[in-house]
Amino acid sequence: MPYIECRDISLGYGGKVIAEDISFAVEEGDYLCIVGENGAGKSTLVKTLLGLENPIKGEVVVDSYISKNSIGYLPQQTDFQRDFPATVREIVLSGCIARYGKQPFFGKRQRNLAEENMKKLGIENLKNKCYRELSGGQQQRVLLARTLCAAKKLLLLDEPAAGLDPVATNDMYHLVMDLNRQEDITVVMVSHDIKAAVRHSKHILHLGDGEMFFGTAEEYSKSKVGTRFLNSDKCGRCEE
Amino acid sequence: MSDLFSVIQYYFTFDFVRYAFLVGTLIALCSALFGVILVLKRFSFIGDGLSHTAFGALAVATVLRVSNPLYVVLPVTAVLAVLLLKAGQNRKIKGDASLAMVSVGALAVGYLLLNILPASTNVSGDVCGTLFGATSILTLSKADVLLCMALALTVTVLFVVLYNRIFSITFDENFARSMGIHTGAYNTIVAIVTAVIIVLAMNLVGSLLVSALVVFPALSAMRLFRSFRGVTLGSAVLGTLCAAIGILGSIILSVPVGPAVVAVNIIAFLLFFVLGKAFNR
Repeated sequence: MPYIECRDISLGYGGKVIAEDISFAVEEGDYLCIVGENGAGKSTLVKTLLGLENPIKGEVVVDSYISKNSIGYLPQQTDFQRDFPATVREIVLSGCIARYGKQPFFGKRQRNLAEENMKKLGIENLKNKCYRELSGGQQQRVLLARTLCAAKKLLLLDEPAAGLDPVATNDMYHLVMDLNRQEDITVVMVSHDIKAAVRHSKHILHLGDGEMFFGTAEEYSKSKVGTRFLNSDKCGRCEE
Repeated sequence: MSDLFSVIQYYFTFDFVRYAFLVGTLIALCSALFGVILVLKRFSFIGDGLSHTAFGALAVATVLRVSNPLYVVLPVTAVLAVLLLKAGQNRKIKGDASLAMVSVGALAVGYLLLNILPASTNVSGDVCGTLFGATSILTLSKADVLLCMALALTVTVLFVVLYNRIFSITFDENFARSMGIHTGAYNTIVAIVTAVIIVLAMNLVGSLLVSALVVFPALSAMRLFRSFRGVTLGSAVLGTLCAAIGILGSIILSVPVGPAVVAVNIIAFLLFFVLGKAFNR
């Protein structure tokens, strides 16, 4: 049984539909990239998968084995987070809340988990640094480490490379790819960067006006909508 | 110096001074703790708006001659706080504009009511006291003190127990929701606690100066500390200390309590600003 299965779901706010008839499945070990134009409903889809929003129509089936507490979510960063007074350790540790029941404070197990994930993402040397003093790429690693504390099976990443410079962006994509291949973590990622998505992911879900596509990355690059978007940076008028 | 000490000692032989000191510092402690959340969530202005509305509610309670105005002021302010925090999240409603309207309206209507149906002969004296907290804290009854202490202790314990969840929600509400934390419920708790603090703090510094108690300690602590725990502890200690110094100062110099406490907070902020520049280069 797939980790997540969506059957003919429609998304929107307050009665206004922004995306219709979306069907796809995420299998164990998969790496799915959700691409499409601004406002196509990518972030809303991720929130729907998490159960934070309800679909207008259709149903989302999440494997009971996965359930709420083993999904890790990396939301888009908000402006005020960038100058939040907190240390890297405090932020990573906050991802462990999903793993403690009713007790009010963190125990040794949670602290070890945070330590382990900081090591995994190579930010251990930054653990006592203040979050607002880090570079964009480092901040994103901190948030990813926090997400890993919350879940080991499935990651839902909403534009993890937004606002990063090209080097940090590349770095981020490789980090996610390593987590998928070496740690066997299933990844669902929203991305603007269609070229990188085709290069790194296994499946592509394209949202947009009447051009829904779901299939492997290879199929996508051969499809009509795929070729159009992949070549969108070639400007017809500039070509000789 | 020993003169100063004996003056303080003399004043502390009076019950009402001891009460004022105890209640004042406890209120300052809670305001400073929750101030951190409000400042970080960019809700500083809500404290200001709520206190003005509380003034309106207090005026209504006075005109109606309610035996203990707290029973009217507290629920009204709490309901408004919940509505405002909800509106702040809904981008369709202009949260700041509606708040400005409500708070100014409450001030005006409150003052009008007090003039049309005066409950005492000295309306302007009463109003000045409510706005700037002239004497009210020195006239607290034992029952008031106990109520204030109980509320202040509850608020502090609540903050400590929920500390990790509060951090998670303040830093990233969407992420917190994805981990199954009921952020809506926590936001409602924060809103109600904010209302309780504002109403209590009005006794200390008056309704116009309340937001100083909420905002200053947190902002000062943020100049110097770089961890959330440091900012929280720093804000709590600083808020309490500033209130203690302010209350003592007001007794010794016989100036109103509210402005004295706020003045000490301003000095502390400037000090921390300079220290922050010096240490965090």
